[in-house]
Amino acid sequence: MPPATPDPDRAEVPDAGGHYGPYGGRFSPEALVAALDQVAEEWEKAKNDPGFRTELDALLRDYTGRPSLLTEATRFAEHCGGARVLLKREDLNHTGSHKINNVLGQALLTKRMGKPRVIAETGAGQHGVATATACALMGLDCVIYMGEEDTRRQALNVARMRLLGAEVVPVSVGSRTLKDAINEAFRDWVANVETTHYLFGTVAGPHPFPALVRDLHYVIGDEARSQVLDLTGRLPDAVAACVGGGSNAMGAFAAFVPDTGVGLYGFEAGGEGVSTDRHAAAISGGAPGVFHGARTYVLQDTYGQTLPSHSISAGLDYPAVGPEHAWLADSGRVTYRAVTDAQAMEAFRLLSRTEGIIPAIESAHALAGVRELGAELGPEGVIVVNLSGRGDKDVDTAASYFGLVDGGGETA
Amino acid sequence: MSRTALQTALARAKADGRAALIGYLPAGFPDPDSSIKVVEAMVEGGCDVVEVGLPYSDPTMDGPTIQRAADTALAAGTTPPDVLRVVEATAATGAAALVMTYWNPVERYGPDRFCADLAAAGGSGVITPDLIPEEAGDWFAATDASGLDRIFLVAPSSSDRRLRLATQASRGFVYAASLMGVTGTRAQVSGTAERLVARTRDAIGDGGLPVCVGLGISNRSQAAEVASYADGVIAGAGFCQRVLDAPDLETGISAVRSFAEDLALGARDGRV
Repeated sequence: MPPATPDPDRAEVPDAGGHYGPYGGRFSPEALVAALDQVAEEWEKAKNDPGFRTELDALLRDYTGRPSLLTEATRFAEHCGGARVLLKREDLNHTGSHKINNVLGQALLTKRMGKPRVIAETGAGQHGVATATACALMGLDCVIYMGEEDTRRQALNVARMRLLGAEVVPVSVGSRTLKDAINEAFRDWVANVETTHYLFGTVAGPHPFPALVRDLHYVIGDEARSQVLDLTGRLPDAVAACVGGGSNAMGAFAAFVPDTGVGLYGFEAGGEGVSTDRHAAAISGGAPGVFHGARTYVLQDTYGQTLPSHSISAGLDYPAVGPEHAWLADSGRVTYRAVTDAQAMEAFRLLSRTEGIIPAIESAHALAGVRELGAELGPEGVIVVNLSGRGDKDVDTAASYFGLVDGGGETA
Repeated sequence: MSRTALQTALARAKADGRAALIGYLPAGFPDPDSSIKVVEAMVEGGCDVVEVGLPYSDPTMDGPTIQRAADTALAAGTTPPDVLRVVEATAATGAAALVMTYWNPVERYGPDRFCADLAAAGGSGVITPDLIPEEAGDWFAATDASGLDRIFLVAPSSSDRRLRLATQASRGFVYAASLMGVTGTRAQVSGTAERLVARTRDAIGDGGLPVCVGLGISNRSQAAEVASYADGVIAGAGFCQRVLDAPDLETGISAVRSFAEDLALGARDGRV
């Protein structure tokens, strides 16, 4: 077993087996081990290959639009205890979220492995849209698994994926949400692994996915660190991000982990409250266990059965979290808090009204957290918050929540 | 360490000049008491060994038939104590009883306690489809302490190095997943199975560890084909399907018994 005492300042996490202290690893059918080994080996080669890096950097710059901006949200900050609030604008990326960073890297990797087909899972559709986009760009066949419940909540993104040439497969078993889409994608992968790469969308799953996806999102925090230094002449007091599986948060945090003076804050989906059975806060309200190929925090019952999760955000509606987050939580390097649906929606409205930016509901969880953090830090505080995506896909949900449809009663 | 009931059952089949028949059913399907009756019919029909499934909410390796069966069992309120009760009833039939389970329920129960309780219920061993030997340090200790067999899987994609790893880690038998795919009946047994068994036997060397084949076996001729090169024939989805298709439990039990008889004949045919 790897050492149980987490030491997040060490750069060598994970170990060769994908362990982050007691978390991570590979709890996977033997049939997939060869494919997981192949992905791990190819990624090690690719990230040290100057040709691969040049190609990926060019795509991130010329296709995605990186570096993304760091926008100071002064009017929003008035509602955050007066602390300076700096938005890392992943919403401005092509396809509208941070997800594109990861999919471009993994799509290039797919081509290196000589595989013509990509499968992926998606919850809110951001990862599905990004994957379909990368596959269109690179001429790869693309199948996206999506819970039937999520295809209903995110009909617009289903249409976008289909326009981009992807096949969208609604999954009608289990809770019909993201976790079931992942189960179905794993089944497809077992049967088609010779021709297919599973383009995993977050920092969860069996090794090497948590490290691979983190590495591809590292650019978020790396850029933010340099931008905030340029803007303020110092490091921020806090970096904040929403956490479902945790990919945008890992990307935002990774570059700051060695800066021990920078507080790192992950905001989970508290749904109707962590004390209820209607939330998706795996760290705040779950327990260590094994789920989707890794040991991590999971919402589970006494017998280890996965509990249904709930969030108003389809993108955070997942009953577990990436294993590196589990390790960072235990070590105390990152503080994880839960934000309710109501708090997130209030922050959603506030950013829209004060800054003219409609955030993804996922990101609104981080914004709600920043309101608390700002009050704690006061006017001297500087907070970077990762605006992981834009809210186009969530307009239906928001319109319904605020009663904005056809004289639905919005008066505020 | 004395021989487990599983090891005895496999040795007896070998001495009979046939492959062993190993059947799978989730405990609690369609409900805990009825699942015991289904298992009894499987044994009456000729199963030497029964894999009692611990129904799990996220059975990634299973196809729709077994997932439906597991969901039914969970909806009926099946818990690990029910699974142990079905194991006890299985062992009472004279067949060897194994548990097939995903890892998280074992981890949650506590591997040591799980093994001790399973051994006390008369179980012989455990099959863990999502636990690979590299992650199984605690599991080796727990199964050793309770004298249980631990069965790991090999797949057509396994390298020779991994075949050695899985066979050295396994006790009782090694489970050869005949094809790259999930559980469920297939029209044909994959052609990769025989090659996988040969490679696995090479990895075992002189150890004599039996190799049993599962995934996709759904009729007598497929059982015969597998029996011609493997030590055991494993079937699961076919049993579940017969219970799912039956208008009532009695009809389902009768169909399960006939199916086991058919497969048992196949397990003999293969050695003629």
